[in-house]
Amino acid sequence: MAEGLVSVEGRAIPFGRKNIDTDLIIPARWLKTVSREGLGRGAFEAIRTADPDNIFDRPEFTDAPILVAGDNFGCGSSREHAAWALLDLGIRAVIAPSFSDIFAGNAFKNGILTVALPQEAVDRLLEVALTDPIAIDLESQSVTTPFQDRFAFDIDPFRKHCLMEGLDEVGLTLASNEAIARFEGDQARYQPWVARGTGIAA
Amino acid sequence: MASRPRTLYEKIWDAHVVERREDGTCLIFIDRHLVHEVTSPQAFEALRAKGRTVRRPELTLAVPDHNLPTTPRVDAQGNRVPILDAESAEQLAALERNAPEFGIRYFDATSRQQGIVHVVGPEQGFSLPGTTIVCGDSHTACHGGLGAWAFGIGTSEVEHVLATQTLLLRQSKTMEVRVEGELGPGITPKDLILHIIGVIGTAGGTGHVIEYRGEVFEAMSVEGRLTVCNMSIEGGARGGLIAPDETTFAYLKGRPLAPRGEDWERAVAYWQTLRTDPGAIFGKSVIIDASEVEPTVTWGTSPEDVVAIGATVPSPDSFADPAKQEAARASLDYMGLVPGTPMREVEVQNVFIGSCTNSRIEDLRAAAEVLRGRRKHETVKWGIVVPGSGLVKAQAEAEGLDRVFTEAGLEWREPGCSACLGMNPDKVPPGERSASTSNRNFVGRQGPGARTHLVSPAMAAAAAVTGRLTDVRELTE
Repeated sequence: MAEGLVSVEGRAIPFGRKNIDTDLIIPARWLKTVSREGLGRGAFEAIRTADPDNIFDRPEFTDAPILVAGDNFGCGSSREHAAWALLDLGIRAVIAPSFSDIFAGNAFKNGILTVALPQEAVDRLLEVALTDPIAIDLESQSVTTPFQDRFAFDIDPFRKHCLMEGLDEVGLTLASNEAIARFEGDQARYQPWVARGTGIAA
Repeated sequence: MASRPRTLYEKIWDAHVVERREDGTCLIFIDRHLVHEVTSPQAFEALRAKGRTVRRPELTLAVPDHNLPTTPRVDAQGNRVPILDAESAEQLAALERNAPEFGIRYFDATSRQQGIVHVVGPEQGFSLPGTTIVCGDSHTACHGGLGAWAFGIGTSEVEHVLATQTLLLRQSKTMEVRVEGELGPGITPKDLILHIIGVIGTAGGTGHVIEYRGEVFEAMSVEGRLTVCNMSIEGGARGGLIAPDETTFAYLKGRPLAPRGEDWERAVAYWQTLRTDPGAIFGKSVIIDASEVEPTVTWGTSPEDVVAIGATVPSPDSFADPAKQEAARASLDYMGLVPGTPMREVEVQNVFIGSCTNSRIEDLRAAAEVLRGRRKHETVKWGIVVPGSGLVKAQAEAEGLDRVFTEAGLEWREPGCSACLGMNPDKVPPGERSASTSNRNFVGRQGPGARTHLVSPAMAAAAAVTGRLTDVRELTE
C-alpha cells in the first residue's frame, strides 16, 4: 500500500451477488504473469465476456474506487491475485455483509479497505450506488451518502492504523530496522561465514 | 533459555529471533533466500513501485528452473534459443532483468551453475547447516538435509524477505521421525521417504517441523538426506531436517560459496553444536522400522498412496476412514487401476528421472547402474533423464552416464524442473502412465490426465527396461 488511506469517495460499483469466489474475481489463466498490474483486464472476466452490458464496463463506473458486494465476498482459492486484480481496476474499498478471511487478509496486505456492514445497510448502498457517489471515512469509521445515510463500521485497530498510515507489512517490519541491524551486526561478528553469502567469491 | 534441553529446530529458531512480539509471533532473520522465475516477478515489481531496495542482496541467489525448457539453450552458432511459450519467456526475462537491477547473484539459463534451486543451493555451498533458508517453492525443505531450517513461502513473503531479510513467524511444533534398524539391500532414501509419508499421511506433519533421526540417516549420503527432507511437505510439514555431521562437513568443504580458512574452522565448531539435546521433548514422535521398507511405489493421486512393489492395488474398502475410501475410489478411477492388480503388472509408457527430489549425481548413478548395457522396453514411448544442474550434468558426462542413458534409448536433457510439473514443454500425455522420480502424483501434475507413479531413480530405470513397474532387485541381483 503506497499512500495512507484516510477516506474513499466516489462512485461505487453495485454488485450484490453472494459468494463471489476468487476464481470469479480472477480466473486461473491469469496467474502465469509477471506483474500485479494489468490483472484488472482479467477481473470478473467471466461476467464481463458473457454480458456486454455488465456493470463493470458501464462508463459511469470506470475508475469507481468502491465496490459494494454481496455476502461472503472473496471465498475460495487463496490467490493474492484477486486483491491485485481489484486494485488494478482502481478499487480501494469493498463494502459487503461479510468477507472470506483469506481475501480480507490479502486485501489488507494490498491496501484495500474491507468494510463489513449489515445486509440492510448494504442493500441501501447498492441502491444509492446506481445513481450517486458514496463516501467512506476511515478515521470516524463511517459510510455516508448524499441522502443523509450514515452507517458506522468496525475495524481492527491495528489494521486501521496500518491503512491510515499507509504501512504495509514490509513497512511495519522496516520500523524494526534497528533490531534487524543489531542482529546483522552480531551475525557479522560471530558467524561471518553466514553474513558473507554470495559475497564470498566477489 | 539454554537450560532446557532443546531440539535442533528450536536451537535454530532461538538463534534467529530478531524481535519477540506480544502476540507470540517473532521476527525471524533469514540467512539464505533462493529465487526463481515463477514466484518472484511481483515481489520485485512491488519493491520497484515503492522505491525499496533489497536489504542484503548477497544473501539471495537467483536461478531459473520451473518454466525453462530442457532442450538445448544455445544453437550451433552460439546464440540463445528463444523460448516459444510467450508467458514463460516473459517470466524468465523478468528474472534476468530483476537480478542485476537489485544486485542479486544470478546463474543464467546457459551457465554451468544453472539448475533446480534446491540442487543449486547445496551444490554451491550457499545452503549451510544451522541457517534459515526460504524460497517461493514448497520443496524448500530439501535443504534441511544439510541441517538447515528451510521452508517454502508465498510471493508477499518473498517481497518481505527481499526488503527486510526477515519474516514474521509463529514457532512450529516439533516432530521426530525416528527410523530404527537398517535399510535392506537395494532400498534407497526415496523408498524410505515414500514409506514414511505412507505411515504419517499427507497431513501427519501439518504445523510441525520434522527432524529425521536414527542411524539410517547418519549412514546416509548428503544427497540421500536432501531427497528425504525434500518431501517433508508431502507429509504436511513445511520443514524437515537432519542434524549435520562429518558427512555434511565433508560434502560442503571446498564448495564455491562454503566458508573457507578460518571461517571454515569456526563454522564447523558451531555446526557440531547443532544437534538435539539429550532429553529434549518432541511434540510428536513416529517410529519407523527400517527393515519393513521395501522398494516403494505410489498407486493413487496423493503421495501417501504408497505400497511395496510386491503388493497389489488396494481396495478402497480396505481403508477405515470413509473420506479416504471416497478419495481412493476417485484416485483409482483417475489412475485407471483395478483393486487387486499386482503393482508389478502396471505398464508404464513414460519414464522421468529428475526433479529436485532425485536429480543429483548419486541418483543418476543409481539409474545408470540399472540401465548399463540394457535398452528401454519397446512399449516405453518417452524416457528422459534431466540432471539437476549443469554441474551434475558435467559430472555425469565425465563418468559416461549420459551415454548409458542415450544407448538405452532415453533422452539426456538440460537441467530444470522438467516433467515434475506441467509448466514447461515436458509433459506426460493424457491417460498415459509414468514411472517418475519426482515428488507429486497429483491429478494433472505431469500434464492434464497424466497418471504418475512415484518411484526411486533405480526403480524408474527398471521400469524403463521392462515397460512396467518392477522390483529393481530382480534386475540387479
